[in-house]
Amino acid sequence: MSVDRRNFIKMAGVGAAIGLATKAGASTLTGKSGSYKPDYAASTAHRWAMVIDLRKMSEETIAGCAEACHKAHNVPRWDNAKDEIKWIWGEPYHNAFPAQENHHTKEDLAHKMVPVLCNHCDNPPCVRVCPTQATWRREDGIVMMDWHRCIGCRYCITACPYGSRSFNWRDPRPAIEEIDKTFPTRVRGVVEKCTFCNERLARGEQPACVEACEGGEIVFGDLEDPNSEVRNLLAEHFTIRRKTGLGTQPEIYYIV
Amino acid sequence: MYDAGKIITGIVVFLLLVTSPVWYNLASGHSGDVPELELPAGETVCVAETSFMRAAHMNLLNQWRDEVVRNENRIYVSEDGREFNMSLTNTCLDCHSDKTKFCDRCHDYTMVDPYCWDCHIVPGGTN
Repeated sequence: MSVDRRNFIKMAGVGAAIGLATKAGASTLTGKSGSYKPDYAASTAHRWAMVIDLRKMSEETIAGCAEACHKAHNVPRWDNAKDEIKWIWGEPYHNAFPAQENHHTKEDLAHKMVPVLCNHCDNPPCVRVCPTQATWRREDGIVMMDWHRCIGCRYCITACPYGSRSFNWRDPRPAIEEIDKTFPTRVRGVVEKCTFCNERLARGEQPACVEACEGGEIVFGDLEDPNSEVRNLLAEHFTIRRKTGLGTQPEIYYIV
Repeated sequence: MYDAGKIITGIVVFLLLVTSPVWYNLASGHSGDVPELELPAGETVCVAETSFMRAAHMNLLNQWRDEVVRNENRIYVSEDGREFNMSLTNTCLDCHSDKTKFCDRCHDYTMVDPYCWDCHIVPGGTN
């Protein structure tokens, strides 16, 4: 069969029309209607950061923080340490700060428990290795996670020098004592960690651990606002951060 | 063709077996049945018109997910200007309060098995 130029152009025209109509039809199915905006009460910052005052911190305070955090985020509690999921927890001083190699460390500090959590690094190694962009650094500095997209490869766990990430080896649902209905759970095969309570910030609230520390042991705010409370604390006190030599630029500061 | 009788009989029997669910449904008189959904009392309109929701609620939910998780947007403004907090558990299932009488009926009928509720919580139940 031979096609002359006139018929070829006709067929091409019909094909293009069908293609455009299909595209228009398909676009009606992709949620084009409506628009989106942030919550009216949302807190925003240029760079979220946290200052933890170790002088005020006790083991009970750390336990209280962890309790509030893990309750708010449906974090399962497993008895077996290998299955453990933790977003914020206590770590002995010499484990939290292995680079502080001074002999004869100040006595109370040397035996101190230090609350540790995701450092929301400026240069997060977990983000670099994630093959699906399930974890990424937000404009405001929060190292976020999209649990929908996590494939459970655990590269991020290997990459994180702070042990801030946990893997759900088992279905977490049965190990959650009381499910908070305002927050989802995770499934087996997904990595999870602290997200600086992005869901609470979106409602204009402070992170759960900050709220749980009534003595002002943890202060949370905008590092790039020169008048913020975190900046005042950093200007007034000597602070240290965890493993700064690795170049990850952690954004949790500790007053010692 | 050798053994034409056997082969053709075999093909006919095979086709009858494969299409047996169709004949079964036709014979039982339920072939036109569609799932009956329990709609929220006192509400007349969802976040978009029914035809759109029926065909594309999954696309809308995916869009909501990306807006909330990745774009820090929490409020959906519908075409007619109403505002909703984008949350499967706390907005969708607040109206459609019984998942088994709404979501599941169509999902079972069409044999789809969405894994939303592996993580997201069904109010008043343990999924």
